[in-house]
Amino acid sequence: MLNRKGRRWGADACVVGFSGGGVGAEFGDPLRERMVVPSLKLQDLIEEIRGAKTQAQEREVIQKECAHIRASFRDGDPVHRHRQLAKLLYVHMLGYPAHFGQMECLKLIASSRFTDKRVGYLGAMLLLDERHDAHLLITNSIKNDLSQGIQPVQGLALCTLSTMGSAEMCRDLAPEVEKLLLQPSPYVRKKAILTAVHMIRKVPELSSVFLPPCAQLLHERHHGILLGTITLITELCERSPAALRHFRKVVPQLVHILRTLVTMGYSTEHSISGVSDPFLQVQILRLLRILGRNHEESSETMNDLLAQVATNTDTSRNAGNAVLFETVLTIMDIRSAAGLRVLAVNILGRFLLNSDRNIRYVALTSLLRLVQSDHSAVQRHRPTVVECLRETDASLSRRALELSLALVNSSNVRAMMQELQAFLESCPPDLRADCASGILLAAERFAPTKRWHIDTILHVLTTAGTHVRDDAVANLTQLIGGAQELHAYSVRRLYNALAEDISQQPLVQVAAWCIGEYGDLLLAGNCEEIEPLQVDEEEVLALLEKVLQSHMSLPATRGYALTALMKLSTRLCGDNNRIRQVVSIYGSCLDVELQQRAVEYDTLFRKYDHMRAAILEKMPLVERDGPQADEEAKESKEAAQLSEAAPVPTEPQASQLLDLLDLLDGASGDVQHPPPLDPSPGGALIHLLDLPCVPPPPAPIPDLKVFEREGVQLNLSFIRPPENPALLLITVTATNFSEGDVTHFICQAAVPKSLQLQLQAPSGNTVPARGGLPITQLFRILNPNKAPLRLKLRLTYDHFHQSVQEIFEVNNLPVESWQ
Amino acid sequence: MTCRQGKLRLQKWYITRELVQTVLARKPKMCSFLEWRDLKIVYKRYASLYFCCAIEDQDNELITLEIIHRYVELLDKYFGSVCELDIIFNFEKAYFILDEFLLGGEVQETSKKNVLKAIEQADLLQEKTETISVLSNIKS
Repeated sequence: MLNRKGRRWGADACVVGFSGGGVGAEFGDPLRERMVVPSLKLQDLIEEIRGAKTQAQEREVIQKECAHIRASFRDGDPVHRHRQLAKLLYVHMLGYPAHFGQMECLKLIASSRFTDKRVGYLGAMLLLDERHDAHLLITNSIKNDLSQGIQPVQGLALCTLSTMGSAEMCRDLAPEVEKLLLQPSPYVRKKAILTAVHMIRKVPELSSVFLPPCAQLLHERHHGILLGTITLITELCERSPAALRHFRKVVPQLVHILRTLVTMGYSTEHSISGVSDPFLQVQILRLLRILGRNHEESSETMNDLLAQVATNTDTSRNAGNAVLFETVLTIMDIRSAAGLRVLAVNILGRFLLNSDRNIRYVALTSLLRLVQSDHSAVQRHRPTVVECLRETDASLSRRALELSLALVNSSNVRAMMQELQAFLESCPPDLRADCASGILLAAERFAPTKRWHIDTILHVLTTAGTHVRDDAVANLTQLIGGAQELHAYSVRRLYNALAEDISQQPLVQVAAWCIGEYGDLLLAGNCEEIEPLQVDEEEVLALLEKVLQSHMSLPATRGYALTALMKLSTRLCGDNNRIRQVVSIYGSCLDVELQQRAVEYDTLFRKYDHMRAAILEKMPLVERDGPQADEEAKESKEAAQLSEAAPVPTEPQASQLLDLLDLLDGASGDVQHPPPLDPSPGGALIHLLDLPCVPPPPAPIPDLKVFEREGVQLNLSFIRPPENPALLLITVTATNFSEGDVTHFICQAAVPKSLQLQLQAPSGNTVPARGGLPITQLFRILNPNKAPLRLKLRLTYDHFHQSVQEIFEVNNLPVESWQ
Repeated sequence: MTCRQGKLRLQKWYITRELVQTVLARKPKMCSFLEWRDLKIVYKRYASLYFCCAIEDQDNELITLEIIHRYVELLDKYFGSVCELDIIFNFEKAYFILDEFLLGGEVQETSKKNVLKAIEQADLLQEKTETISVLSNIKS
């Protein structure tokens, strides 16, 4: 074997010697004229370029040289053309333009010198492609070279054709290539076969030309020819179902070839680490996969062989593992016996334990593809998969994560979650989001208990709060809200978490919401599930204020905190001065959303204090489905529907209501049963509270006192929201200035048929004596036709140890309430 | 399957540059595979050179590693303990060797011996034609 190290282009040395190394332009000398400027040898140029210290210097050298090369091309110097092009190709490789060399490639290819052809064809492969018209011009040269019978030249031509041959060229030259398939020389044949593969890719119709010779070629013993043939058959089968059917009949032959390779150690010339020609084995296995897919008979034919390869291949080096890997892929893709499939999955399981991380990588990728179809088989390797979470290589740990998540089920959820949460704490940042949402999803599907679920979400929020998806907050509030028995537990845990860290926004939002909702439970201090903790009111308020003031808090978070503070005004026992102060401060906050809330809350304190308790009562459980429901839940301005104080007896009420309606002229039917749950009560109150803030408000309708008896008064106040003219909101307020309490207070109403009435549950049914907290109730009336409003009321209550019942129609209803 | 050697075959410069940077950013203990756009990239580092191969989704990564290794072995045999400078100063030879091992992105010859023999024959032919042309030039 000749050592080519440092060998230069032989021709250069001779030519330089011949010209005598003349420098500069000298006219009149016929010899010198041919070399006006001495051209650098390729290797000298490379050295000069590498010697450049800066990018600018390199550019300079190259530009100078390219100018020379251009000149040389112009002058048409055939002797040095190949050297000039070689330099140009080098420069091109570095990223500089070289398009002006394209025509030179053609000239070099057309030359009879092998040196020229070698460089010319290389140039064609690097500089010419379908986008340049020039590429077609080499078709003729290729045709000539293919037919000349000089093997290295034929090799060059075929190589070039299969690299940059366009569809047109392929069509033109297909007959030549076809001829070469059956030529005696394997060197040319193997190249012709692979050129055919390229041609079919470019011009699928040529399949008909190259399909017939395959059968014969498959009988060859030369590995290169066999390999090329199998590649060709694979290409044909992938493109045409008819070809696929046609080639199924060679399955036995393929099995035979592979078996021979595996058992007889076909030839040491082709072995790598004791594995016979792994390239060929892999290619055969791939073709078998395609042929056996969805085909029982073929799959059966190859079953034994696959088992044999799977068990006998030497796995100590990569070559063997490559073959094993391909075998596994084939087994999983065809209709193989169940036992064989399990064997394949187990091989992958063994791969997971391999010290070579590349092997672990392909194992994880493959198992991921199989986890749906062969779930129980993959489950057996769960411990190993979980081990892979500790991989330092991110592409491996990512796959391990995906696979682990796919393996979580109801029986292993606790153990898996522990591992995944540990992973979450230490995993690279780009995996955090996926890990967090994966954990939350799995928790949702498989949580054994609600408390576990809450704990899990809490842990995720504290560990990776910034990476969770937006709906995590809503989901958690939903979850907590629905787990009544865990309210105390949740609020305590969230309080503790918040006290430690107010930076993780989702956590802060949920904690604020919870503290607002269940602040009373927090202060009550007794919860069996965690250590008793004495929290006092001032601490809680201080914490919420801290959140409000923190620069880390997002505007949405601030909103939560403010609302929570507001809610606490009804949950806590102390006076509300501190809260009122905060609320009024934020009335001039720059953030519009926050400002609006603050102003509304402030108004609530000042003008609607009697409604405050009702508005800020604990929330009902919101329906899970639409994001709309969630938003209104967040608003938390609904009238209480689940107030423990007033059980609403629906049955008797309904019948009495009918009685009531009978009393109105033609007012039967259209009974609105008082709904125990209003799906969107928030809307009404929002409108109510919007009023002070929305400029310019319509002239308010005056209140109306409709009833008085022994110190018990009933007042109506009216609101018509400007954005919904058909809607009328009536707030009924029952006050008691007598010396005796009013209890079991129930108010019912009826309206004419053309109007729609909705009664919301009252804030309570007791009005303590001497101006105690009034009862308020909201009526919603829809009056799209602007029909005259008539209202009949029925009151029942106990007062001074007597039952009182009053039925009356309201007179003097202001005209603005319905016009 | 297309094969792109570390600094050679920069067909589409800007795309390959990004790929090269992605590969160079890999830490030494990482596995040899990465996803880039919709391709799988298999790379292996030999001394100062990175050999990258872009394969399709259904291709076998492990055998691709063998392909890369075989190519390096061929270079090594040809140049005699190849180093980066050999490839830099004889880049066209590196191409010729590759073209005897792969064709149109597929393996054409699995015998090391046959590949090296083919190169040798081509080199001999080149020398022969150059000698002839020199002689003819001298005569004229």
